[in-house]
Amino acid sequence: MNNKQKKSLYKILITIALLVLIKIIDCQNVYISFCLYLIPYFVVGYDVLKKAIKGIKHKQVFDENFLMSFATIGSFISKEFEESVFVMLFYQIGELFQSYAIGKSRKNIAELMDIRPDYANIELDGELQKVDPSEVKIGTIITVKVGEKIPIDGIVFKGTSSLNTSALTGESLPRDVKENDEVISGCINMESPLLIKTTKDFGESTVSQVLELVENASSNKSNSEQFITKFAKYYTPIVCYSAIALAIIPPLFINLFLNGGWQFSIWASRALTFLVISCPCALVISIPLSFFGGIGGASNTGILIKGSNYLEALAKTKYVAFDKTGTMTKGIFEVTTIHNAKLTANELLRYAAHAEAFSNHPIGKSIIKEYGKELNRESIESIKELPGKGIIAIIEGHTCLVGNNKLMEDNNIVIVECNDPGSIIHVAIDNEYKGHIHIGDQIKPTSKQAIKELRDLGIKKIIMLTGDEEKIANDVSTKLGIDETYCELMPQNKDKIVADLLAKKDEKDKLIFVGDGINDAAVISRADVGVAMGALGSDAAIEAADIVLMDDDPLKIAKAIRIAKKTMRIVYENISFAIGVKIICLILSTIGIANMWLAIFADVGVMIIAVLNAIRALNVKRI
Amino acid sequence: MKKTYKIEVDCANCANKMQEAANKTKGVKSAVVNFMTLKMIIEFEDGVNEKEVMNNVLENCKIVEDECEIYF
Repeated sequence: MNNKQKKSLYKILITIALLVLIKIIDCQNVYISFCLYLIPYFVVGYDVLKKAIKGIKHKQVFDENFLMSFATIGSFISKEFEESVFVMLFYQIGELFQSYAIGKSRKNIAELMDIRPDYANIELDGELQKVDPSEVKIGTIITVKVGEKIPIDGIVFKGTSSLNTSALTGESLPRDVKENDEVISGCINMESPLLIKTTKDFGESTVSQVLELVENASSNKSNSEQFITKFAKYYTPIVCYSAIALAIIPPLFINLFLNGGWQFSIWASRALTFLVISCPCALVISIPLSFFGGIGGASNTGILIKGSNYLEALAKTKYVAFDKTGTMTKGIFEVTTIHNAKLTANELLRYAAHAEAFSNHPIGKSIIKEYGKELNRESIESIKELPGKGIIAIIEGHTCLVGNNKLMEDNNIVIVECNDPGSIIHVAIDNEYKGHIHIGDQIKPTSKQAIKELRDLGIKKIIMLTGDEEKIANDVSTKLGIDETYCELMPQNKDKIVADLLAKKDEKDKLIFVGDGINDAAVISRADVGVAMGALGSDAAIEAADIVLMDDDPLKIAKAIRIAKKTMRIVYENISFAIGVKIICLILSTIGIANMWLAIFADVGVMIIAVLNAIRALNVKRI
Repeated sequence: MKKTYKIEVDCANCANKMQEAANKTKGVKSAVVNFMTLKMIIEFEDGVNEKEVMNNVLENCKIVEDECEIYF
């Protein structure tokens, strides 16, 4: 509790004590009672009265302070002293509870998202000193001890360790790092101390960027939030005028037309109840709190959402378009299979790897990587590279041809055709065909499941856009079960296709585009919601996208949509619950069933329930 | 020029009122109050004295919500 809350708690306790005392005295005289009840009234209500007067001075009449003062003074005049003090007391208890609950939940979420490192260790005069990370210059060597957060992006200067990246990615698998590896801020060092040479300023480092993004997220307000803000603006004055009308019109009507006599006090008390119900705070707090919870929970699992408007749009996703390379596939060339080998696969690889020993081509490199053993360069007698065809090398006295169809044709070697999409490298030794190595980009292990989960979420159409050739695109597309595939596209073609899709679809349905964020920036910004994947440490991607998936896992697309749907469900629950209860209570008070107690429940109780419901949005680990 | 200020305010509706008041202040191009992080993000018009504008913003906010504070 902060000071203000403590002060308010003391006032409440004193008031309760005073009320007990007055009950014990049990005075029958109206005038003395009036004076006695005035003491606790002022103790508990002084603040409210003062604020109400200030409000009137500033021409801000219809706030809750005014309403409470008006209502309690009204009941004082109608000689309901006790009730008047109770109403003020419960209003204050409600306010205290409200401020405590909101403060607490606000802090909980903020803490969850707070991955800000407090200090960096620098060696000064042979001693480690803690300094503010924002004061550390680029190129400084910082020490990160076991259990500490890496404060600034950099490269490992000395040491090996493993890092826990879960604060950034939600991924619990630790990442091993060694000398010269790039490391990003926000990760926790788990095994042994690391010396890190910083490559960025603190402000440019990943952790600062992520924090800034999440903190500013609730500034991009969703339609639901704007609706509530507008609603609150009209709601309070309307209720106030209705209350005045309620106090005047029915008694006049009854007196003039039904000869019922003047019943001002009944109607005045109903009008006062009406006023207490009118506070819009429950409504106003629970909606942004739900969004805040959803965004906070998502960021904790490595999904950064730049605003509640995107969360709202994401929940209405009906079309998902994505790039192939790097999104659904790993984007790295790897040896996938070796076919028709007349030698053992390993032997074939050994020849091919030695032939490619000096190659800089990604395909050559992937063969060497797959071979995995140290190359015996002395066994290579000569290497001749034929651009666009392959390599002719003499290894251990054998003539090795390693290359594509053309190379084989030129040398009159009969090959075995391969139907798999990807790059095929044939190997012939001493003019005899020995088999081929198939090299391709591999589908990520979770891609298929990701598409299935999207289908389960009721996505109407899943579209793949790629710059790759048709054969490869179709292969991936059938393996994953994609509805529409566009291939051999230049970046501007992708942009055009997405623009066409946007124009064709229903306005209500949203289209999201998922890319790797670097060469897809234009398309990402054109889609209703642009998602960048595997953006860890890439400023460009964080800049361009509306939603950033910190790791490479395509499953996160469906997860983000599920989080959005859950959050929106909570938002709608809160809107309908809060408005519903208020309207019911207003009606009940008009016909005289609701008393002050119900009115206070409608104000404070609804708020507490709505806040508790909003907090559910935070819990997204298992959806 | 965009700047972020820490604020202190109790209720969400009051934060909305502060945002409205700040937006009406001269020299402010746009103001957003983020109740969740208790921050006010002000985009100033070109060539204004930020300190002066912020004094006015605080004054206007105090009118709509007595118990608020902006740290600048």
